[in-house]
This record gives sequence, C-alpha cells and structure tokens, in this order.
Amino acid sequence: MISRRDFLQVSMAASALYGASGFGNWGRLAAQQRLTQDELLQFDAFGNVTLIHVTDIHAQLKPIYFREPEINLGVGDAFGHVPHITGADFRKLYGVADGSPSHYALTYNDFTSLAQTYGRVGGLDRVATVINSIRAERPDALLLDGGDTWHGSYTCYHTEGQDMVNVMNALKPDAMTFHWEFTLGSARVQEIVENLPFAALGQNIFDAEWDEPTDLFPPYKMFERSGTKIAVIGQAFPYMPIANPRWMFPEYSFGIRDERMQEMVDEVRSMGAEVVVVLSHNGFDVDKKMAGRVSGIDVILSGHTHDALPEPVLVGETIIVASGSNGKFVSRVDLDVRDGRMMGFKHKLIPIFSDVITPDADVAKLIDEQRAPYESQLSEIIGQTDSLLYRRGNFNGTWDDLICDALIEERDADISMSPGVRWGPSILPGQDITREDIWNVTSMTYGAAYRTEMTGEFIHVILEDVALFNTDPYYQQGGDMVRIGGMGYRIDISKPQGSRISEMTLLKTGEMIDPAKTYMVAGWASVNEGTEGPQIWDVVESYIRKKGTVTVSPNNSVKVVGA
Amino acid sequence: MDFSRRDTLALGLGAAALTMLPFRVNAAADDAIAAFTGGASVEDGGIDLGAPEIAENGNTVPIDVSAPGATAILLLAAGNPTPGVATYNFGELAGTQAASTRIRLAGTQDVVAIAKMSDGSFKRAAKTVKVTIGGCGG
Repeated sequence: MISRRDFLQVSMAASALYGASGFGNWGRLAAQQRLTQDELLQFDAFGNVTLIHVTDIHAQLKPIYFREPEINLGVGDAFGHVPHITGADFRKLYGVADGSPSHYALTYNDFTSLAQTYGRVGGLDRVATVINSIRAERPDALLLDGGDTWHGSYTCYHTEGQDMVNVMNALKPDAMTFHWEFTLGSARVQEIVENLPFAALGQNIFDAEWDEPTDLFPPYKMFERSGTKIAVIGQAFPYMPIANPRWMFPEYSFGIRDERMQEMVDEVRSMGAEVVVVLSHNGFDVDKKMAGRVSGIDVILSGHTHDALPEPVLVGETIIVASGSNGKFVSRVDLDVRDGRMMGFKHKLIPIFSDVITPDADVAKLIDEQRAPYESQLSEIIGQTDSLLYRRGNFNGTWDDLICDALIEERDADISMSPGVRWGPSILPGQDITREDIWNVTSMTYGAAYRTEMTGEFIHVILEDVALFNTDPYYQQGGDMVRIGGMGYRIDISKPQGSRISEMTLLKTGEMIDPAKTYMVAGWASVNEGTEGPQIWDVVESYIRKKGTVTVSPNNSVKVVGA
Repeated sequence: MDFSRRDTLALGLGAAALTMLPFRVNAAADDAIAAFTGGASVEDGGIDLGAPEIAENGNTVPIDVSAPGATAILLLAAGNPTPGVATYNFGELAGTQAASTRIRLAGTQDVVAIAKMSDGSFKRAAKTVKVTIGGCGG
C-alpha cells in the first residue's frame, strides 16, 4: 500500500521536475525570441481540484517593474532556507539560467538590463487573461485573494479602495483575507465587506471588546466543486494593531490564534471537508511554524512577505505556496483529492510578463474607467531618475533612501525614518518619475510626515524595538527594519533584542550619536493618532521637483553582521 | 526564552515616558509562587495558559487559564513591578476550572500561571508576551 506521504513525495518530485523543465524552457525560448503566452500558461491538468492564488497586489492595476528583494535574512531555523535565499543562490537552487526570464522574474541581479529585455510585469487585465484561461480548462477552479489588495496607489487612496473592489469583483474571487485593507478605517472596511460578492474570511479576526469572533468575517467557507468538499479558512495579518494604527480599527483584534486554527480545521473536517486550504496573510515564516503546529491543513496559500517561490515548501504533509506581490505572479495549484484526502499536487508559479500575455479587453476597459477621472494627476511628470529606484527587502532600498533624503532636506532634519515595507514598484534609470510613481511607494491613510526631537537613547530604543529578527517567527511582528536616513549603524542580528544595534553615527558630522543629546527627526507613517505634518507624497514630490533629476548613491551606512 | 535586562525595558505605548525596570530575577514573583505552593515542587503541564505572542495593547492584554481538576489558580505577570494579578479559587460545584481576564503589562515579560490541583500537586504554565512600540509593518 502506498501511503499518503509517498504520494506527496512522488508528486513533489514530479512537480520539481516539471518546474525545472519549465524554467529551462523559458530561458531557451526567450533566447529564440519566442516566449509565448501558451508557454507561460502551459500546464497539464492534474487531479480534480484547482486553486488560483493571487496576493499582495497593493492596488497595482497596470503593468509595472518590480525588482525582487536583495536582502531577505532568515534567523533561527529559517536561516539559509527559502524564502531567505536571494540572487545567484536562488537561481542555483532552482536551476534558473542566468539572463533567463525567470532570472528576471525571481531575482534582483542585472535588473535594469533584463527589464529592458523582458519589459513590465503584472497588470490585472493580464492577470484576468491567466485566470480566464485556467477557468476555461477548470471551470470549478477557486480564485483566492490573500489580501493587501485595497491599498497602495493614487486611485486606491482617492476612491478609498473602490477602484480595486470594482476590478477584483470582475475577476470573481471566491474568498479573500486582509491586512492593509483595515487602514481604510473600520467603517469603510465594513461598508465594502457587507456588499462583497465573495467570502471575507479571517479565523483570527476578533471583536476587540469581547474577544470573540465577528459575524462580518467568518473563519471559513465550505465549497463543493465537482463533487469535492473544499474548506477555505482565512487567516488575516496577525499583527495589524501593532504594525498599523490600532486607532483606525479599534473594534478589531487579531493575533495568530493557532489553537483556534486547529479547532477550525477539526470543525471543517468533521463537516466533511476532503481538502483544507488556509488562505493566509501570516507571512512565510509564520506560516511555516503554523504548519508544524496545526495538523490537518493540506495547503497554505501564503501572503504578506511577497515571496515568489517556483515550488511549494513542504512542512510535514502541508504544502506552502508563495505567490509574490504587486500582480507580478499568479499561482496555479492542482490537487488530486480522493477518498477524503489530498493525494498529490501539481503547481506552477506563472509570471505575468505584460508584453507576452494579452490583456483581457473587458478588464482593461474597466481599469481605464477607474483611472480616467485622475489621469491628468497620475501622469504628471515630476522629475527623472538617474538611478534604479526599488525597495530592497529587510533594509533600505534606493526608493527608501530617496524618501529619507527628501525628509531631511524638505523638513530640515538631522535624521529621517521611513517604514519597513516591501510594497512599491521599481523605476528604471532614465525613466520619468510621475506623480503616480511617487504615490505607488508612499500612498497610505496615515502618511503625515512628522518632525520631532528625539534623544539619541530613544532613537536606539526605536531601532532595537523594530529590529524584528526574532528566532521565533511568532514574535517577529511582520515588518522589515525601519529605513534610516542621515544616520549609520551596525546591526548584529544574531544577538538578542536590546543588544543588536551599535555604532550609531550621525552621517553629516561623522560623530557618534550621543544618548543624552537631542536630534531633529523627520519621519512618516506613525501609528500614533493625531500625528501632524504634510503628507509624505507632497514632501517627496517637492523634493524631486527641485532636483529635476534624482541620483541615489549606494547606501553603505548600515552594517549588517551575524547573518 | 532567556531574558536579558534590556528586554524588560518598559516602552510607553505612546512612545512617551521611558523608564528602566531593573529585572530582579522575578524575586517578587518567586516569593508569590513560594507562598502559594508552600515550597512544594511544581510541574510543567496540566494547565493551559492563553496569551497573545505580541500584545496589541500592553494596557489591556487578554489572558485565559484553564486547569481541569484545579482548586485554585495563581496568575502572575512576572515582569511587572507588582507581579500579582489574581488567584482564582474553584469550589466543588464549579463547572469548569477556567478563568479569563485582562491585565496590564509594563513591558515584554513572562505571564505565569500556577494551578493547585485537588490532589495537592502544583502545575505550571508560562508564556512570553512581547510589548512593543509597534509601527513599520509592511
């Protein structure tokens, strides 16, 4: 008798082979100048259940450039394991040829030249084409959105998420979970969710006052597709009131709540679920830990950390699928579900090369309708860049450095701080910077740029507090290192919290930061209510306008050790 | 999880007042446990303690404890200046030996629960709760 474990490993091997050949083909085909939509979508249907996963779109309706992170450090058990492998090591691990389309899609190196060869990625009209093509073959496929959908652009901000709701509704998802959506404020979230034509799930979304589940966000939904009972359990971002302003959604409490996750898995199994899917915004390391603690989950569709992995990661008998961000990828997962259990799977991470995949005409028209009222604002050219602008992962990218420089100059500060986020498309050297581009990396509902005095000691406390490299993923609180301008420091991520940050140096004088001395600090995205100051996009726009052409020199002011 | 002295930094949630709490190796907490157990040995397990990994609000952290067969449960916030939170006593007619409450935590610390069982033995559970000034979530 062949056990389920054998099946999983066999199909894992099959999937690995499939993936490897798929990657090889991309490189060869591109070399022959015939990377085609059919090749990108080619998939030999498997089993009887199909899942389509999109996540962390961050309101990117149109094709963009998106450079994958360069620095993605893993600590503790995560050290040296995906997704904490980048660049050439990543390509070596998955057998990706240098210069191939998958090199461009999955790693950061040679980004500028490869971007000129392969063009922009994403665009929800292209995503629609991919979804429609999968549904043509598998009409019962479930489309699941991992959240961070109604946040991240000029039009999303000005319509309070309505542009994204309208376009996503046209894609007809079956369920969704949440993170940045809540920064629209709980009243607006409730208004949208009450009218949402699909399930809004979160087993860990609780009423804060009573510490009880809510009616608006059920824990799971049961689907019956082609005679198979599929349970989809939602897991919203666990650290929302910590990483984002609690005062914007005071009625809600979150947390990991993995004991309740186990109860929900047991409940759906007792109701006859043959396959259990968790639609998660935990972030990859938290999902990995949760998969080891909660039994009975077949598939975790992982979001939040923006990792794009060409193969699922196996934890026990659970597969974890990571589908990237900003509309750059769609994951297709086919499952063989028989006799009440998952027997095997086949998976493909489909990169959305916008020049290769034909836009869906209806969705393209719908997107343009959302943008039309704002077109003149969006397209206004503010300046140019000489440098590649991107976010880099755990630490400052060049976009972050540009924002930090803008804060110091425009707000007359010694030191600047910018939040540790991974969203925001990249801009190539020589490209114009439009107002839309600035909003794509700054847009949020709490964007006021504060200016305040802090002692050297307090700056140290902040850096230690947000240095999130806890060896236990449950205590990492879901963000990256705050980006710092005007100050250098050394961080030893192998040390415990409280003793990681040293050698803090004020760059403009070269002097060490004095704990007792007071410094003028400018920043944005404070989680405190009542933060005052101009909006960050106006600060950055004013700075770029004055410069005309921006040049961001390499930032070597943060020394990372212990990685 | 090991505690360093710096871990007990009390971070004012409004990022305002900032004070150092010297961590006296839980002396007050140890005293409270000794008074509760009368010095008897305490075993891990047999008691469930629910607490968030990271407090959403350090001023009101939801905690629940449950120990089937207990006659009393002592709840401590080991890193608070005054560690004692509550002692729950369960009579013979109690349907369950469980309780929940909300507590204030001065900083990242262990929350500890000790159950006195009906056979006179003692059970222990502890969970680290991180209290942070937050921000920066991507």
